[in-house]
Amino acid sequence: MRREPILNAVLMVLLLAVPLWAHLTDEPFTITLATRAVIFAIAGVGLNVALGLGGLVSLGHALFFGVGGYAMGILAFHAQTYAPLIDWPMTIEGTKSMPVIWLVAVVASAIAALGIGALSLRTTGVYFIMITLAFAQMFYFFAISWPAYGGEDGMSIYVRNGFPGLNTMDPIQFFGLCYGLLLLVLFIVWRIARSPFGLMLGAARQSQARAQALGQVPYRLYLTAFVISGAITGLAGALFADLNRFVSPTMFSWQTSGEIMVFVILGGVGRVFGPVAGAALFIVLEHSLGGLSEFWHIYLGAILLGVVLFARGGLYGLLAGRERAHD
Amino acid sequence: MTDPILDIRGVCKAFGALQASQDIDLTVRPGEIHALIGPNGAGKSTLIQQIAGGLRPDAGRVLFDGCDVTSLSTAARARLGMGRTFQISSLAMDYTVLQNAVLGALGARGDVFRFFRPVMRDADLLAQARVALTTVGLDEFEALRTSELSHGQRRQLEVAVALTLSPRVFLMDEPMAGLGAEGSRRLMDLLDGLRAEAPILLIEHDMDAVFALADRISVLVYGQIIATGTVDEIRANRDVRTAYLGEEEDA
Repeated sequence: MRREPILNAVLMVLLLAVPLWAHLTDEPFTITLATRAVIFAIAGVGLNVALGLGGLVSLGHALFFGVGGYAMGILAFHAQTYAPLIDWPMTIEGTKSMPVIWLVAVVASAIAALGIGALSLRTTGVYFIMITLAFAQMFYFFAISWPAYGGEDGMSIYVRNGFPGLNTMDPIQFFGLCYGLLLLVLFIVWRIARSPFGLMLGAARQSQARAQALGQVPYRLYLTAFVISGAITGLAGALFADLNRFVSPTMFSWQTSGEIMVFVILGGVGRVFGPVAGAALFIVLEHSLGGLSEFWHIYLGAILLGVVLFARGGLYGLLAGRERAHD
Repeated sequence: MTDPILDIRGVCKAFGALQASQDIDLTVRPGEIHALIGPNGAGKSTLIQQIAGGLRPDAGRVLFDGCDVTSLSTAARARLGMGRTFQISSLAMDYTVLQNAVLGALGARGDVFRFFRPVMRDADLLAQARVALTTVGLDEFEALRTSELSHGQRRQLEVAVALTLSPRVFLMDEPMAGLGAEGSRRLMDLLDGLRAEAPILLIEHDMDAVFALADRISVLVYGQIIATGTVDEIRANRDVRTAYLGEEEDA
């Protein structure tokens, strides 16, 4: 058996076992950490569709993370204040239902990705990086200056949103929900990577001229990947907001974009499970190094430098070798 | 005479003061190999780019099967049936040989925006890809990563991908460049049979290959076609001999 599937299995079992053990030994903080890792992993898996499969270096994925977060924040805010979202032409109330919030977060971030991708994908290379960054910064400053939803202070949602049949305030149950969504997202991305679309997207990443000679317009392939990518990261944003029961403009900040990219690079660009490993490692480092020093980012930076210089394929490249070409 | 598949009429292209294409007329008829030869810098690549869609001509038209395709994109022309091979291999290097061939078959079928069915389990695509790989003699290397192929094998794969597209015309930009004698011979045999499937516009430096294969030859010098004709006509043409073939080709 190849090493990659074994690594995937070990990773997913560990990610499940740690919070279960924490639940049994009554350590809710560890469960929260694991939940953070799972949510970051979803965001990273989303970015990886654009970055890994499509070769699109987006430094603006915080935008979709934030759109997802604010979708949750705004809907839940209206539900907890009993003020309808809009009155005209029909009354739309806020909601505390997670499935509805997820749907809104996914659709809203997909629409944002469609608009931003349609403009940004006319550029390539450094310009693409800069324009995606610029869009995210625009949203960041917009969120800061939007008093209706907390402005710079953000807004608190007092009770975590609900999911039918579950008590989401119980850390392990909320973890289970996020873990289930991670599995679903991984399955979807794994299928996309092996689909006709995934094959052609990868061809366009490697050679635009090739894709064109095959009758394909690379722009359309890239835009589709960007929308899927944004939608998944948006879902992670909604979950992150629900985990903290708090939404703030920080979700839109360029540091957030950078962190999501770090998950992907640490884990292994283009590997379906790579961002899961990257996000888990990030949380472990944040927790262990963060205990040593307030300036733990210095050590993270050194590790990242090491990965980029010596282990291009990230954790997955190091442990599982080069990606298998196809199965 | 049958109508040409590809009909280039009065194509002009200038880069600043450099006239890369001057009023070029060229046709490719069904069943033929039409070779385009010329010294380095004559404008061969510029011309093929205008035919395939990478460059827009300043003037003139490109007709493909009677339709004006001058304003169409590369992708649109490929979908109409222009199968191009590149001078500098532009294969997907991270993919296996088989994946590259499947890409061609997938491009030809056109249903790319499908997100859930594993493409490497699609029996139709795999069958088409394997037929093309067998035709060029790469079938035993299908599981190899393309970046591991030799230069010559990459050229063969370029041709295989073009085959899977089942195009109406092949545009081949120096398919034999850098191939050894054995590889060239093999590819020549292949191209020889291929003209029955679809005509070939062949840009090639290898004179032996051109004179052995081509039904007609056009000679491009400084952006102008100075002669078009059969192999014998071109050999006998005084302008061609002075401008291009030089003394060594004394027939």
